[in-house]
Amino acid sequence: MPQPLNRDQMAWRAAQDIADGMVVNLGIGIPVLASDHLPAGRDVFFQSENGVIGVGPAAAPDGIEPDLVDAGSRKVTLRPGGSIIDSAWSFAMIRGGHIDVTILGAFEVAANGDLANWDARVPDKGPLVGGAMDLAVGAKATWVIMEHTTRDGRPRLLEACTLPLTAVRCVQRVYTDLAVIDVTADGFIARELLAGMSLEALRARTGAAITPAPGCRPLVAPALGHGG
Amino acid sequence: MPIDKRVATAADALRDVRDEATVFITGFGGAGFANVLLRALCEHGPKDLTLVVNSATHPASLTHELIAAGLVRKVIASSGRGRGAELSPFELLLRDGRIELECVPQGTFAERIRAGGAGIPAFFTPVGFGTDLARGKETRTIAGRDCVLEEAITGDLALVRADIADRYGNLAFRHAQMNFGPAMATAASLTVAEVREAHEAPIPPERVQVPGVFVDRVVAVGG
Repeated sequence: MPQPLNRDQMAWRAAQDIADGMVVNLGIGIPVLASDHLPAGRDVFFQSENGVIGVGPAAAPDGIEPDLVDAGSRKVTLRPGGSIIDSAWSFAMIRGGHIDVTILGAFEVAANGDLANWDARVPDKGPLVGGAMDLAVGAKATWVIMEHTTRDGRPRLLEACTLPLTAVRCVQRVYTDLAVIDVTADGFIARELLAGMSLEALRARTGAAITPAPGCRPLVAPALGHGG
Repeated sequence: MPIDKRVATAADALRDVRDEATVFITGFGGAGFANVLLRALCEHGPKDLTLVVNSATHPASLTHELIAAGLVRKVIASSGRGRGAELSPFELLLRDGRIELECVPQGTFAERIRAGGAGIPAFFTPVGFGTDLARGKETRTIAGRDCVLEEAITGDLALVRADIADRYGNLAFRHAQMNFGPAMATAASLTVAEVREAHEAPIPPERVQVPGVFVDRVVAVGG
């Protein structure tokens, strides 16, 4: 079994598919790392649901502006051309279809595109839905970055989600540590498969039918992050 | 009498807040928390409050002091989860059934408040359709999209953090401080703003982000 992608490599792979000029919302966790791995010269606006349009890199320790934060409470900077609006307007931007793509973390994705990413049913922990439902429904495209299986080896790509849904039929693409997968009317289609991994090995780790795309390519990423 | 919405202290600004009030609280991710007003409200001590606040558990917001003091009956929020594995005071109360939570998608939360201040009693939105958060709500298919009916939120008091106010109650924010401030200021019958500075001179009109029409009292708190 070849080495699966690490978090930075998964974020890198998703970042390669962000096109010039896109408006992109990144979820907390692995997705927000994608902003560090855009191909050079690609001009993109990152939207944060608290109303920061054009999130720049994290603020340097001596350049922190306490009131300039993103949706993950990180102290950030603003890129040239950026702007700040209020939450109601920010979610109008999200629901109104003005975001080209949102990249979200997830617990489970179903073959019909259903997404479960907000409630892992941890006993007694309070719920946290945040803006995930708004983003999954409102963005023009919803991509997911997640590990292909749970820590104890159970598949996260399933026939039907077992955890509470974030939104129905919303996911178009999934980037995992083993594959790049399109979610289509015909179910999961593997566009890229970890270099050196067999289709049988992928199928053994996937909880629904998965078909290789014609010309399915090897998934390779540069050495990045810890253990990369 | 010339309009002057500036009051001397946070306690003064909150003197007539009653038990069972519905209270909006601004703030997101460390920016725009009305913490001076929250501390004063805690000391004033009205009971059985309903809080409308994005997060019931953000560590930088003094919302948790109101909750820990037992003054809160219900919270309407998009997050009620504390950080880490240990249960936050809010989560302990929730587990024991001593506080109620209405969990709302954040955009629906913002829009329900906006609608409340804009005279729209309810609206249909596709967000939440088919999820646990839409359970029991009216649904309708509009232009081919499955939607959920969401009701507006109005309230008795909004606690808003801004950067600058003038005597007319006009407000200007600093960076992402704005978040829920403009919507919340419109949806409450009494809006109180805490600001870094409250000036005699008016804010230049094109710099005003919340017109004083929506603001009743302002308190300068520095910071």
